Amino acid sequence: MSTPEAGKKAPYRIPIGPVHPALKEPVLFTFEIEGEVVKKVDFAPGNTHRGVEWMGMRRNPVQIVHLTDRICGICGIVHSLSFAQAVEQIAGIEVPPRAEYIRTILHELERIQSHLLWAGVAAHELGFDSLFYLSWRVRERSMDLIEEITGNRVNYGIIQIGGVRRNITEDQYPKVLEGLKYYSDLFGKMADLFLNDVTIAMRCQGHGLLTEKDARELCAVGPTARASGVTMDVRHDHPYCAYGDLDVTPILPQKPHGDIYDRVIVRLLEIKQSIGIIESCIDQMPQGEVLWENKLPKVLATCKKAQGEAIGRVEAPRGECMHYVRMDGNEAPATWKVKASSYSNLMSWIPMLLGEQIADIPIIVASIDPCMSCTDRVTLIREGRADTLSGESLTRMSREKTRRLQK
Amino acid sequence: MTSEIPSPKIVLTPQELLASFKSAFGDGLKGGEVRSALSGSLKTPRYSIWLRVERALLRPAMQHLITIAYPHLAVIAGNDLGDEIELLYILSVFLGKKHGEYMVTIAISLPKSDLVVPTIADLLPGAVFSEREKQEFFGITVENIPDGRRLFLPDDFPLGVYPWRKDETGIQPGMVKELWKTNRPTDRPAPPVPEKEPAPKESGGSTTESDRSEPLKGGGNL
Repeated sequence: MSTPEAGKKAPYRIPIGPVHPALKEPVLFTFEIEGEVVKKVDFAPGNTHRGVEWMGMRRNPVQIVHLTDRICGICGIVHSLSFAQAVEQIAGIEVPPRAEYIRTILHELERIQSHLLWAGVAAHELGFDSLFYLSWRVRERSMDLIEEITGNRVNYGIIQIGGVRRNITEDQYPKVLEGLKYYSDLFGKMADLFLNDVTIAMRCQGHGLLTEKDARELCAVGPTARASGVTMDVRHDHPYCAYGDLDVTPILPQKPHGDIYDRVIVRLLEIKQSIGIIESCIDQMPQGEVLWENKLPKVLATCKKAQGEAIGRVEAPRGECMHYVRMDGNEAPATWKVKASSYSNLMSWIPMLLGEQIADIPIIVASIDPCMSCTDRVTLIREGRADTLSGESLTRMSREKTRRLQK
Repeated sequence: MTSEIPSPKIVLTPQELLASFKSAFGDGLKGGEVRSALSGSLKTPRYSIWLRVERALLRPAMQHLITIAYPHLAVIAGNDLGDEIELLYILSVFLGKKHGEYMVTIAISLPKSDLVVPTIADLLPGAVFSEREKQEFFGITVENIPDGRRLFLPDDFPLGVYPWRKDETGIQPGMVKELWKTNRPTDRPAPPVPEKEPAPKESGGSTTESDRSEPLKGGGNL
């Protein structure tokens, strides 16, 4: 097990990865462990950096909007929305109020499906597979609603510079409202399953701690920051779309501890908040156009003349998503910088993982909602020899810990 | 949980915030502007403050902002303007105040002959992530950066090539794989099962409904 020089206390180095926190940012972790305890954490993202920004700087804004749809498979709308916002500010394009409301409705539907997806992943990591099946089963309804409005389940293709590409028709309102009722009826049950379950509480309370100070200093965003007690929500602080008309308050746990459990609470309550937001949007929906200009050549000509720089910023399901665009009178923007929400949250992994056990790694890594599909594989290096653990083994270790605690 | 970062006692209007920078830095402030954008039926405004300082004043400006309110750093963006690289530190202050958060962008210019900038990671520890990205994508040097390794670019990416530069150190045409120009490869072995004949086109849209009941094809995107 150990060489004589290194002694018994020499830490193991465990690389884990590539983990997929978002489609743009897969991560390779390296842990130094003593026994079961994580002593040092390092991570290296970028295993599939696709150079989306570079591609965008060679395309016109209307083309980029469709490129932004493909940055993330779950946050389909937040990137297009941030980019469109930035271009609209530079070119002085005024978005019709109805389009702002449709954008808001889709934004919130996306939050519901994203949070349910996360709830399922978290349940799976803990070994609570019936809850995983249930979460993903009920998530389908929000995907169906998104499909009803946009025509697509992922890569919605609904945002256009100056508005949205499809209107919501009169006969679609009852379908949306029915879907919302389905979720409000279900909410009590889901909250009960997640928050009153002894095993979930044992695995999540007091683990993956992120203090408020760390959250602020490491620039964490979204539910990760809110669960640590940082009051921040772009929808409330820096209104865009229809959020200025609506009453949105950032959701924080009553007494934030900054553990995994608090992140579960914040996300669950945000599903309820999103239902309310969509209902008020449908209530107050103004009539009128949904696009500033139907003719794309005119939109392109306006963008081509535009000069200046602007920031588009939205509250994605995982936190602040921000695009910086600079246009200098050419067809393609001079600069386009994408800042996804996970970009800000990755640094918080380090304080969260320190001092935790290997079996807790999956749920802590998942707790910032990095939309990770799998912990690909784990390599344990012992005396220079690499033992490779599959993602399955790591999940199995996590599950075995759950079973041990249940005994 | 106790917070060691005090919440701001005074809340300034965007103009007051700009004025406080003007009085603190005088001529060192090369540019300052408050911009607003409106949204929704009620035309609720949101404000952004754009500042430009000399490179030597970057850290003092950041410290000045921290004494007003502890900011959130969204990202450090950058522009290649030909002779110089412009860095924009995009921050926001007064988080959590209803409709009262302002974006604060502090811009500095670095001549291409001297691409060195001091780190702000000691003031805002989260900044190191973005600083590492700027080092590899613009070829700048961040002085005293706590962690200077590459971030996103792979280890085999050539040294001295900086993807966001627009001069001879940027991505050269030879590095770009024009996938759209390539046809299907011809040098592959034949598949073990012969390819299917394309199905004859049915008249009418009889398949449209059944498409919906198929298992989620896009599941791989998640």
